[in-house]
Amino acid sequence: MDVLVCIKRVPDTGGAITLTDDGMGVDSRLLGHTVSPHEEAAVELAVQTAKATGGSATVLTVGTDDSIEQLRNAVALGCTSPVLVEVEPDRLGPADVAGMIADVVRRHEERGTSYGLVLLGNDAADTGDFQVGVRLAYELGRPVVTGVSRFEVDGEEVTARVESTDGTDVYRLPAPAVLTVMEGGVEPRYPSVPGRMKAKKAVVETVEPTHEPVGNGRVRLKLPPAPPTRVEILGEGASAAPAVVDLLEKLGVAR
Amino acid sequence: MSTRTALVLLEPTGGALSEVSAESLTFARHAAAEVHALVVGADASTLAEEAGRLGATVVHGAAATSGDAFSAYAPAAWAAAVVAAVEASGATLVLAAGTPRGNEVLAHVACRLGVAMAANVVQVDGDDGGSMVVSRQVLGGTALEEMRLTDRVALLTVAGHACEIEPAAAPAAAEVRPLDVALDPRDLVVRVVETVAGEPDASGALKSAKVVVGAGRGVGSADGFKEITDLADLLGGAVGVSRVVTSLGWRPHHEQVGQTGSRISPDVYIPCGISGAIQHWAGCSSAKTILAINTDAEAPMVTKAHYAVIGDLHEVVPAINEELRRRRG
Ligand SMILES: Cc1cc2nc3c(=O)[nH]c(=O)nc-3n(C[C@H](O)[C@H](O)[C@H](O)COP(=O)(O)OP(=O)(O)OC[C@H]3O[C@@H](n4cnc5c(N)ncnc54)[C@H](O)[C@@H]3O)c2cc1C
Repeated sequence: MDVLVCIKRVPDTGGAITLTDDGMGVDSRLLGHTVSPHEEAAVELAVQTAKATGGSATVLTVGTDDSIEQLRNAVALGCTSPVLVEVEPDRLGPADVAGMIADVVRRHEERGTSYGLVLLGNDAADTGDFQVGVRLAYELGRPVVTGVSRFEVDGEEVTARVESTDGTDVYRLPAPAVLTVMEGGVEPRYPSVPGRMKAKKAVVETVEPTHEPVGNGRVRLKLPPAPPTRVEILGEGASAAPAVVDLLEKLGVAR
Repeated sequence: MSTRTALVLLEPTGGALSEVSAESLTFARHAAAEVHALVVGADASTLAEEAGRLGATVVHGAAATSGDAFSAYAPAAWAAAVVAAVEASGATLVLAAGTPRGNEVLAHVACRLGVAMAANVVQVDGDDGGSMVVSRQVLGGTALEEMRLTDRVALLTVAGHACEIEPAAAPAAAEVRPLDVALDPRDLVVRVVETVAGEPDASGALKSAKVVVGAGRGVGSADGFKEITDLADLLGGAVGVSRVVTSLGWRPHHEQVGQTGSRISPDVYIPCGISGAIQHWAGCSSAKTILAINTDAEAPMVTKAHYAVIGDLHEVVPAINEELRRRRG
């Protein structure tokens, strides 16, 4: 089965973040970039599925040409034929991104590649819209399950598993389908040396967006006020233990 | 004052109103003039009193026009029920909890109505009846986005703890109205066919624990967890870990705390050897008291904590365990 996996370049913000002067985005000039853990899991599942079914795992992103770094990383992990829908992503809304991915799926179908599965992350690490996968499914008229941590493909039938508060919910649906992936079901692999070599040489297919974006309704971003430092140091090293236990007793948790 | 009618999709658990649904109802009351609720796949009449206490005047109970289509969760069918309830109630604002199912169903509703949806909203900043501006969590909760919703129906999911649950000033049992929903066979293609209880939400104990002992890269190896689990056991608590720990395979993913793990709100959180990256903080910031153990006095986890011990966790944690055992005799 041929699989398309969609990823997004996001700032790797471990510490405090700074906004751009106009408040419309994150100032990422001094930050590294990465993809969400959900998308790392989606890439792993795409590569495993392609291998198990004798198909391919194509990787796609919607973004500026900086995102080629993330496409190449996915190729190093086993994806092929990277696709970049080249557009400034900050002003796009989830419906725009879904529409642009759908156009690529349709164009590749005309060229003879029909994706049995399209995988995305459950939610992007930056915009957190929780809807691109569902919108894509409606664009393509395909069934969709969100928050999938593992799935199996048997011919044209997909069995998808979603962790919930009651246990694991099992869905059985026909391909072609769309799944959004939640990290935790598989361990993403590390790139191999031949993988890295392949990634360097991979030719990126760059496509123009086909329609005017409707946008995302963003008025501005704002940062919640930083909480004041309030820390009380109980001590250093092992000698702090009595003070710690005094505190735990005071809080009523050291029975 | 808003003149909108709001419709709240409830997510009952075991026949009762869940905490997140109670929050959604409270949130809706602040954002609308009138609040209706919708129950799918459960008995609306048993929830009417509780929904009424929280300000709902009507509870719509969805029933499929043919068969027992709502007996198992099917996101598209649930969305069809929401659309039917929007028509029946005249709602121009639809809310659900910012849970996996709340976000999933409203995303389907957004596609069916052809409107925008705002996920994980924490407050309504303004509303002139046609256009509404909301603040919602982005970047794992470290920033807020003000987003304008201008469609004929505004859709939003409510972030956890966005408001305190609060009963209505003049509570009354809500009127129960049956709602017929005509389903297309395609709405049932994606449906839960089985729920495997096997490992019943392994993260459940972590999410409900009063004490959580956190462990990060500072633990050093999978073998280094003995003292951490001992401390958790001594305090009757659970172990929660950083993503570094799960991606190195030291502990299972269901123990991960953070943006892509569990969100916890224990009375006491004791992060050991965790730097306090924003994605981790997103999952533990609701802890009432945080006691950090770290070699680095400048680590964000230390500066954001209420209390800290500066030192090597491999010395500090065993000493605390020893002291706890000693005092217990
Ligand atoms: C989109 C996205 C989502 C993410 N989601 C999550 C998530 O859900 N949860 C999560 O945790 N992370 C998440 N991360 C990763 C996050 O950014 C950090 O990389 C991670 O939390 C760091 O883990 P850590 O604190 O264990 O490791 P480090 O950041 O390496 O910190 C180790 C800490 O241990 C201290 N230390 C070292 N040795 C000792 C010792 N002997 N005794 C005491 N202290 C010691 C150090 O001083 C340091 O503070 C996510 C990242 C991205 C980009």
